[in-house]
Formats: sequence, structure tokens, C-alpha cells
Amino acid sequence: MNFLILSLIKAAIVAGVLLTTLAYLQWIERKVIGHIQLRVGPYRVGPHGLLQPLADVVKLITKEGVMPANVNKFFYLLAPFVAVALALISISVIPFGPQITIGGVTTYMELTDLNIGVLFVLAVSSVGVYGVALGGWASNNKYSLLGGLRSSAQMISYELPLAIAVAAPLLLVNSLSFRQIVEYQSGFWLGFIPRWNVFPEVLGFSVFLIAAFAETNRVPFDLPEAENELVAGFHTEYSSMSFAAFFMAEYANMVTVTAVATLLFLGGWKAPFPEPFSSFIPVIVFGLAGLIAIFHGMHPARRKDKYTLPAAGVVFLGLAAVFGLSLLVPTLQTILMALFWFCGKVLALLFLFIWVRGTLPRFRYDQLMRFAWIVLFPLAMVNLLVTGLVVALSSK
Amino acid sequence: MTELIFFVFAGIAVFCGISLVAQTHPIASALSLIGVMGSLAIIYLQLGGEFIAAAQVIVYAGAIMVLFVFVIMLLNAGAEGTSLNVSSFAKYAGIVLLAAFLGLISFIIQATLPKTEGVVFGAWDGGTAADVGRKLFTAYLLPFEVTSVLILIALVGAVVLARREV
Repeated sequence: MNFLILSLIKAAIVAGVLLTTLAYLQWIERKVIGHIQLRVGPYRVGPHGLLQPLADVVKLITKEGVMPANVNKFFYLLAPFVAVALALISISVIPFGPQITIGGVTTYMELTDLNIGVLFVLAVSSVGVYGVALGGWASNNKYSLLGGLRSSAQMISYELPLAIAVAAPLLLVNSLSFRQIVEYQSGFWLGFIPRWNVFPEVLGFSVFLIAAFAETNRVPFDLPEAENELVAGFHTEYSSMSFAAFFMAEYANMVTVTAVATLLFLGGWKAPFPEPFSSFIPVIVFGLAGLIAIFHGMHPARRKDKYTLPAAGVVFLGLAAVFGLSLLVPTLQTILMALFWFCGKVLALLFLFIWVRGTLPRFRYDQLMRFAWIVLFPLAMVNLLVTGLVVALSSK
Repeated sequence: MTELIFFVFAGIAVFCGISLVAQTHPIASALSLIGVMGSLAIIYLQLGGEFIAAAQVIVYAGAIMVLFVFVIMLLNAGAEGTSLNVSSFAKYAGIVLLAAFLGLISFIIQATLPKTEGVVFGAWDGGTAADVGRKLFTAYLLPFEVTSVLILIALVGAVVLARREV
């Protein structure tokens, strides 16, 4: 098929799924934090608040965009564009699955496979700080400026340990292409331990994850928008869609960074169990989820649950049936299994991000900087040196 | 297609370069410089230097320019008025002289430099990370190490100068 048409189709699918995920990620976050704090979270719009993201989008679009007096207009309007465009662009080099063939068309389950995919993501994330810094500066507000400055300093500082932590698995794999990095992690040690980079690189993975929290401005490192000191930090003066753009950028960065962690350390779309067992896991997981939902629908705690929980149960059982039927169709099975494991790992990491937000208090600013330079940076360096030594010794 | 991309990004680079000099606000100048570096990265990519392109964005646009912007914001430097007080005669004469100067330079370059083949986009593929790394640690090991020592000296010098102030 024509390369252009194929690329357009894939881009449309990826963009649609990504934007929907971003909207629902916010619902998941509010739900999870709500339950951590013994609340129910969004509940009014749609069953269990499922239509809340839609309502939020409508609200943000129809709100008046206020332009404060004395702002630097060009940069004030440019900043959210920069932030959201750079946040969304990284997904183009993230592979979701292996090579597949549908109807005679062979393609990869990703937009493009760059030789320098890892460097591309690092480059985009290193430029991504401009959106926040410019937004804070152009707002002509001292709280925004402080937020912008904090974020610049924080992102420069944490990019170093992040990049060095990324370099260690690259040494093991000897490639910068995400696809080859994932292929390297296929197979099992002793027949049951997956050959993921996270096992030899436990330290590197920890450093990467901590630095990733800081790079995405998440709790406990959300100093740029520390609300009790800086109102809302760099996006204090923003409203309507330009505020939504910053919000989207934050969630898109989270998705990117968890996807990169999955690809580099957790084996991408490779299943954590040997082949005959791993194929049945999705069926069992979705089947159990469906049965549990139906069981709770039989004994509803709230009146609405009598209808919503069985409906959710039927959806889960349907998914289980789809995965079960896909065992008979090899092409479909390849696609579904890859998506299941990739999305599962990414969602697990995203849940970790949200869990940490619901659990940990915020760092103080000087603690944040000291932690980056005195703890995280040397740890990443030691990890890289040890990995390099082991690779050099074992390659002889 | 490749020619089109080249001309688009070369045009952006030149435009941003002019904008860098012409802007009165430091932040606008700094952002123009980022535009220049970004378009140069695309041109490197077209020539086959994929690693150089990524390094250009990571190091220049991502690290050095962020520091520039950071310092400009920290000092809160405002727009500077143009203090040049030139007559309109000097302005128009300047345009003519600039054109003549550029023509002369291009003539000298045309006349003196040896005739080479035109660049073919995509013809060269020695720019992968592995190739660059191998060259750096074999053929160009000494310049590479000397450069790193030079940067270390600059770093130590900066610390010494800053220490005296405190």
C-alpha cells in the first residue's frame, strides 16, 4: 500500500487513541486519588463519572480565554502551543508492537522506527522546558515567573540523571532504536525470568523513574506549580484552552515517559511469562474482572450500581471473549497480545505515578536540587560505569 | 521533496538568523537562535548526520539555550531601545553597500574555491551514532580528549571566578 496513506491511517489511529487516553487519564487520576483519600471521586456525569472528561473538554472550550493586561502577547500565546506540540510529538517514535501483516500489508505497530529513537525522545523532552519557562515569563506575574524559573532549573538538573540512566541499558543493547531494544529483551533466563533490562539495571530503573517524576513535574517534585507557594505556578494566568494545553502536555509527557520506561527496562510488548501461559493471561484477567463486576452488581452498594456494574462486567467478558477468540487467529493474536502487555505495563507505571501523588508530600526546593545533584547524579554515574565495565569485560 | 525540505528549513534558518540580530528583546533573540539551531538540525539530518542532528538539538537547543533563557529570565532583562542615530542617507547607502559586499564575497568564493560535486541528499550514511563514536575514539581520540580537558578548564575557571565573589 502507499506509504503516505498507510502513515496517515496509523497517525490518525495513534493520535485519536492518545488524545482519548489523555482525557481519561485525568479521570483515572481523580478516581484513584479519590479512593486513596476515601472519597468516590467524579461520580455525577455519566455512570461513575465516566463522561466527566467530555464535560471538562466542553467546559474548557466554551470558557472565555482571558488575556491579562501587560503580558507579552506573542510569547504568552506561543507557550502553550510549544508545550503541547512538543509533548505530543514524542509518541511518533514509540513502538507498540512487533511487525504485523494485515491483508498483505506488512507494517510495524508504530509511526516511524528511527535509528536514533531514544535520542529523539531525549531531544524533544529537553526542548520541552521552553513551553513552561516561556509561559511563566510571558505572563508578567511574579508567581508565574518563579514557577517558570523553578521548572527550568529542575528540568535541566534532572535531565542529567535521566539521560545517564537511559544510557546504561543502551550499553547492554548496543542500539538506539526502540525496536531493537525491545527485541533484545525477548526470551527468558532459566526458562521463566524474562530477560528484561530492569533486572540487571535495577539501580538505573530506579534513577530513571525518580528523574521521570521530576521531568514531568509530578508530586513529589511538582515545585513549578506548588499551589501553596506559587498560586498555580507557570500557568496561573492561563485560562480556557491555553490552560488545557498545559494540562494536556503534562499528561502527554507522563504517557511518553512511562512508555519509554516500558520499552527500555520492562521489555516493551514482550509478555512476562513463557509463550503457552502468556496467551491465556488476558482471557483470565478480563474474565475475572467481568465476573467480579457482575457479582458486585448483584449486591449493589449504591442503587446505580445495579445497572452500571453488570454493564461493565459484560464489557470485560466481551474483551475476554475477544482475546479468547484471537487465540484462533494468529495475526489478531499478535496485535492484541502486544497491545495488552504494552498498555498493561504503561498503565501500571501510570498508576504508580498517581499512587505516589496520592501518598507523598512535596519536597522543599533546596532538597529537590540537592537530591538531584548529590544523590541521583552520582548514582546514575556509578550505574553507568559499572554497566560499561561489565559490558566491556564480557564482550572480550 | 528533499530539495523542498532543504529550502524551507534553510529559509527558516536565515530568517531566524536575521531575526536574532534584528529583535530588540533578549528573549526573542534567544528564541530566534533556537530556531536557527533547530533548522540546522533538520539539514544535518538530511545530509545523513542523524547523530549530529540529535546532539545539536539536545546540546544546543535543549541545554545551552535553556541556560541562556534561564539567565535572561532571572535577570529580567527588558527590551533595549535602538540607540543608533543614523541619517536616512546612511541607511540607504548601507543597503547598497551590503548588497555589493555580499556580491563580492560570493564572487570570491565562486572564483577561488575548487569546483566540487553538488551535495546529494541521502548519499552518505556514515553519521550513525556507532560510526561517530568509532571515529571519536580511534581517529580523533586526541582532539576529543583535548577538547574535554579544555571544557574542564573552562568549568574550573568559572567556579574559581564565581568563588571570589562569594
